[in-house]
Amino acid sequence: MLVSNLELVPGRRIVAHYGIVQGSTVRAKHVGKDIFAGLKNIVGGELKGYTELMQEARQEAVERMIAEAQSMGANAILNVRFATTSIAAGAAEILAYGSAVQLDGP
Amino acid sequence: MLDLIEFGLFVTLLIVGFFAGTIVEKRHYASIRKREREYADVLAFAVRFPPDRVTPQRAFLVHGTVVISSDYFKTFVAGLRNLFGGRLRTYETLMERARREALLRLKHDARRQGAKLVICVRFETTTISTGWAASIEVFAFGTALIPERDTGLAFGARSALPA
Repeated sequence: MLVSNLELVPGRRIVAHYGIVQGSTVRAKHVGKDIFAGLKNIVGGELKGYTELMQEARQEAVERMIAEAQSMGANAILNVRFATTSIAAGAAEILAYGSAVQLDGP
Repeated sequence: MLDLIEFGLFVTLLIVGFFAGTIVEKRHYASIRKREREYADVLAFAVRFPPDRVTPQRAFLVHGTVVISSDYFKTFVAGLRNLFGGRLRTYETLMERARREALLRLKHDARRQGAKLVICVRFETTTISTGWAASIEVFAFGTALIPERDTGLAFGARSALPA
């Protein structure tokens, strides 16, 4: 599965469009991490726990998007975008979406 | 008495925030500069289409993300500045560090998978609220391209870059 935020992949032709596919996940912060982050807010710097959390969440959103595209029979997702929305204090939704297409070639 | 303790705590946090924050920021900038030199051979562009002579063999999504927090002192100064308006220098450096860090991680991701060219780079910034403190997330993503023949010529854009 080719996943890209380009509109066209150079050298490859789009032979079929399957429409929009998306994947999302809602994540909440861990209390322990929250307390640690509170302390880290005094000295500043990277909040590694949160970085990992966001990374995992995006990974999952992308995987869900890919699963949807696969069920349609697509071999690529183009024009991928991400969106993050905070739903409540400490909880956020991460959304990945793009266009499922069939590209010619291998 | 209680007020005095509270004030003492506030001043202590301010002092700790100032010194620790300054050290953390200096170290981070040093690390960013060092890695920016290391990753100078990975090119990242915001353009939507690849340079003419690049015929990619493989295209895939690469990304880098960082959550970074301001320190107590900076947040306090920014709060004061907010009364009068104008530039919040303390937050400007925070945002800059986060963007450069996210871009570096994107380049790391690209190189790890054997790519030296990333196009269509986009940034996304999210505010992560943890009470009164300012912490932000910067997410950088783009499409890495691996050309069929990795000749110097393939990167027509390189000559346009400042040395």
